[in-house]
Amino acid sequence: MASAPTVPPTSAPPPPPRSSGRGSKKGLGTLYRGTEGMWSWVLHRVTGMLLFLFLLVHVLDTALVRVSPEVYNEVIGTYKTPIMGLGEVGLVAAVLFHAFNGIRIILVDFTAKGPRYQRVMLWVVVGLTVVALAGFLPRHLSNVFGGH
Amino acid sequence: MTGTIPDVASPRAKRSQAMRGGINTELYAWLFMRVSGVILIVLIFGHLFVNLMVGDGVAAIDFAFVAGKWSEPFWQVWDLLMLWLAMIHGTNGVRTIINDYAERDVTRIVLKALLYVALVVTVVMGTLVIFTFDPCPVGSPADLLPSFCSA
Ligand code: HEM
Repeated sequence: MASAPTVPPTSAPPPPPRSSGRGSKKGLGTLYRGTEGMWSWVLHRVTGMLLFLFLLVHVLDTALVRVSPEVYNEVIGTYKTPIMGLGEVGLVAAVLFHAFNGIRIILVDFTAKGPRYQRVMLWVVVGLTVVALAGFLPRHLSNVFGGH
Repeated sequence: MTGTIPDVASPRAKRSQAMRGGINTELYAWLFMRVSGVILIVLIFGHLFVNLMVGDGVAAIDFAFVAGKWSEPFWQVWDLLMLWLAMIHGTNGVRTIINDYAERDVTRIVLKALLYVALVVTVVMGTLVIFTFDPCPVGSPADLLPSFCSA
């Protein structure tokens, strides 16, 4: 950035961070590091990255319908093995968390009360993810292991 | 004040030369992540429900299943929107991640170049597949094709 002359700081120095027990060592820590806020961000990032990599592969394997029915069925057949079936469970869990936590991020950004309830909302996100996964699992596992 | 850090902009500082005028791309990228995210929930949850929950789920996915879906404009448009939005959302997200961790200029430029190539190749290929797809290719065994092909 250009070192353009800037307006001198007019405000008083910021107050020392509040020591809110968790996430702060000996009362000098931060409000963010090591708390749920940080871990939800890490998980959002990891799931987003994972989904993106999967999406590249998934568009590629679906594009095989353009080659021939035989080739597509052959390759997609590898998605129906137990190991891939479990991988799909992981991917579904990843989208569910990423999607629900995405809503939480949006609520924190756009609503007045969002920041105050961000921690409660994280547990709602975790709850919704678990409930949705519980609805998906029996169905999916019986399709994968059900001996079709 | 014997400042050791020169020229730290105060939070109320005027926008820098680089920021003044023009459009604020980072702001629009930020907004896009949120708008596309909301739409993607509908598109992806619908996609997963129809492909994995209805009927025999994964076990039923084969050429005939895909051909059946893409013979309807409804699913062509659904999948096209999902492809574009997810790819742009994901690419912008990964761009942020690269900016955060790749500190050397060369590393950052190379990684982002690869990212944008992947974006263009995937979106162009996927779009072509959706629109040039033939559900009843001639010469393929009828039992691999959707039933309407032999009708
Ligand atoms: C299902 C609906 C989805 C919602 C509601 C959603 C929402 C969001 C939101 C709100 C952000 C934060 C952006 C920011 O901090 O400025 C984000 C980041 C991200 N999303 Fe999504 N997203 C969804 C699906 C996806 C998909 C399918 C992918 C992969 C292709 C993806 C990949 C990413 C990545 C890589 C990031 C960046 C993470 C970071 O900067 O730490 N998202 N998402």
